[in-house]
Amino acid sequence: MTRSAITPLIMPKWGLEMREGTIAGWLVDEGRRIEVGMPVLDVETDKISNAVEAPDAGLLRRKVAKDGEVLPVKALLAVLAEAEVSDAEIDAFIAAYEVPAAGGDEADEASAFQWAEVSGIRVRYARRGPEAGVPVLFVHGFGGDLGNWLFNLDAVAETAPVIALDLPGHGQSDAKLPGTSLAALADFVGIFLDQLDVARVHWVGHSMGGAIGAQFALDHPQRVASLALVASAGLGAEIDGGYIDGFVKAASRRELKPVIEKLFADPSLVSRQLLDDLLRFKRIDGVTELLAGLGGALFGGGQQAVLPATQLPAAGPPLLVVWGAEDHVIPAAHAKAAPTGATVAVLPGAGHMVMMEKAGEVNALLRKHLAR
Amino acid sequence: MARKISMKQAINEALDQEMARDPSVIMMGEDIVGGAGGDGERDAWGGVLGVTKGLYAKHGDRLLDTPLSESAYIGAAIGAACCGMRPVAELMFVDFMGVCFDQIYNQAAKFRYMFGGKAETPVVIRAMCGAGFRAAAQHSQMLTPLFTHIPGLKVVCPSTPYDTKGLLVQSIRDNDPVIFLEHKNLYGFEGEVPEALYAIPFGEANVVREGKGATIVTYGLMVHRALDAAAALAKDGVECEVIDLRTLSPIDMDTVLESVEKTGHLVCVDEANPRCSIACDVSAQVAQQAFGALKGPIEMVTAPHTPVPFTPVLEDLYIPSAAQIAAAVKRSRAGGRH
Repeated sequence: MTRSAITPLIMPKWGLEMREGTIAGWLVDEGRRIEVGMPVLDVETDKISNAVEAPDAGLLRRKVAKDGEVLPVKALLAVLAEAEVSDAEIDAFIAAYEVPAAGGDEADEASAFQWAEVSGIRVRYARRGPEAGVPVLFVHGFGGDLGNWLFNLDAVAETAPVIALDLPGHGQSDAKLPGTSLAALADFVGIFLDQLDVARVHWVGHSMGGAIGAQFALDHPQRVASLALVASAGLGAEIDGGYIDGFVKAASRRELKPVIEKLFADPSLVSRQLLDDLLRFKRIDGVTELLAGLGGALFGGGQQAVLPATQLPAAGPPLLVVWGAEDHVIPAAHAKAAPTGATVAVLPGAGHMVMMEKAGEVNALLRKHLAR
Repeated sequence: MARKISMKQAINEALDQEMARDPSVIMMGEDIVGGAGGDGERDAWGGVLGVTKGLYAKHGDRLLDTPLSESAYIGAAIGAACCGMRPVAELMFVDFMGVCFDQIYNQAAKFRYMFGGKAETPVVIRAMCGAGFRAAAQHSQMLTPLFTHIPGLKVVCPSTPYDTKGLLVQSIRDNDPVIFLEHKNLYGFEGEVPEALYAIPFGEANVVREGKGATIVTYGLMVHRALDAAAALAKDGVECEVIDLRTLSPIDMDTVLESVEKTGHLVCVDEANPRCSIACDVSAQVAQQAFGALKGPIEMVTAPHTPVPFTPVLEDLYIPSAAQIAAAVKRSRAGGRH
């Protein structure tokens, strides 16, 4: 056997700001056969915890990382190899493994984000992946930011150029809105793409970001190569008005926590850091009023005002609809309203933030969808 | 956009942006512009440690350099607040509050109460506090408990640049007198701070580290010592929850009680002298309201009951250390002193 038969399992990089992760627990014993995509161990970052999934199949020969250990991105976590590979070869592989430079300095962090001035509003965005090809544009939902895609951006960027932005009035973009209608937000994203010289995109939208994408596809069909709607608004009237109001009004960690827990099937995923980051956003002057205006216009009284995704033509661009079965904000039943021809996947064990809770499955669905 | 700036820069930015936003915000203090009568160029100190540097150039006569008389200008600031301005007075060192204490505790703090809730006194008194600066007994005290004792005053003591900007903005916008205490040994401490204006509400403690092994409650510079202690204890498998009170009046006891109910152990850390300190206050409230949750004795780690020593060796011993905090956590978990 050669060394190439040894497959390392390494610390993943979840999102642009991840530098290190803590081993929260192994899910599989040594000697167990691993399949592709199988969760092998839990890792916690300061943002969230998640399972590391096996990139390749193989026999789990050695757990290198210990419970509770804090390791940098790309550090060796485990070794997969067939039974023919000797223990000595595995020892030698582990001894020779060097963590590649993770580029963990601040200069790298700063260059992870770029800024554009769009219609007088400063917008933060990230661009990753190869140069060539139609970019995949990730658009977050109400009150979110591009960090919502932390488990997805790098995975998709392996094969396609990726753009993710903080919508106006969200994340670190300026606390201003171009308007409170889906059409105004869709037009704004169009101008943003013009400025980046991007003519067409694969649109991946979560929640409100999906509804904006559907509106964009109706208004500018030639600019949308495909559309992926993740727990999307715009497919049915119901939405949890209590969530929208609660999110807008919550002024403290204690008030915000139960609201944010509604986003997940597993509420323990709501970390201190996640809440702190949201509070930092919500405390900025003008944000509360801005969110109240936007939430009222789009989702006032627990009803979605417009349903652009139901108007998408059946002969339109390829359409993927993904939902978490336990979505408490927008019911997963709305997936049934997807136009004929859409690929629909409802994933059990996930809530509204399905792209975080079932990142591996959502990434696989996205890869397949983008390859169509 | 967030970028890293120091606590000193965060104070300057909060003052600058609030002055630009609200024309009723004015500043008074000793040498905050430059020496009175100077040309504002060569001797533009911007306060004794340069915190307000550059503000005079932007906001002109809304910054008043005052004579060296705290009783005069603190009184003037309180009077201006009663007449509709939002003054921020810089008192250099909290140790000098004594000479203007009547204006603060017997005037400003009482107006809302004595005038049937109709009078508002939106004044902020900023001052440096804390030991470790080799500034001797009269420039190094942590006098937070003097102010928390008085109803009608709000008392703030931040630990990070982010909190400093947001809490100072809230202090300026608040309609009551606020004592805003800045630990001088944190002035150079850097952290991420958004460029945009934001306000952090009073009475909301910050859980800066989560854990189930013990609750460490503190504020100001001691937050960092507590985090060092928690990191050391984590290596022994004890995960501590560290709570930064951020504002001492109002005080967020809910967060403290919730944490103690989870951990069963309380360690209060205070750079102030021990008698009638913030540590005593928190300890007493927990003993009264959550006695049943305690699995070990409440521990306090404070400065000794002495003035701050001038000799560096003794001054370093005077300030509570991470090792003392870690030892206190261990004592509480062991069930008491043996």
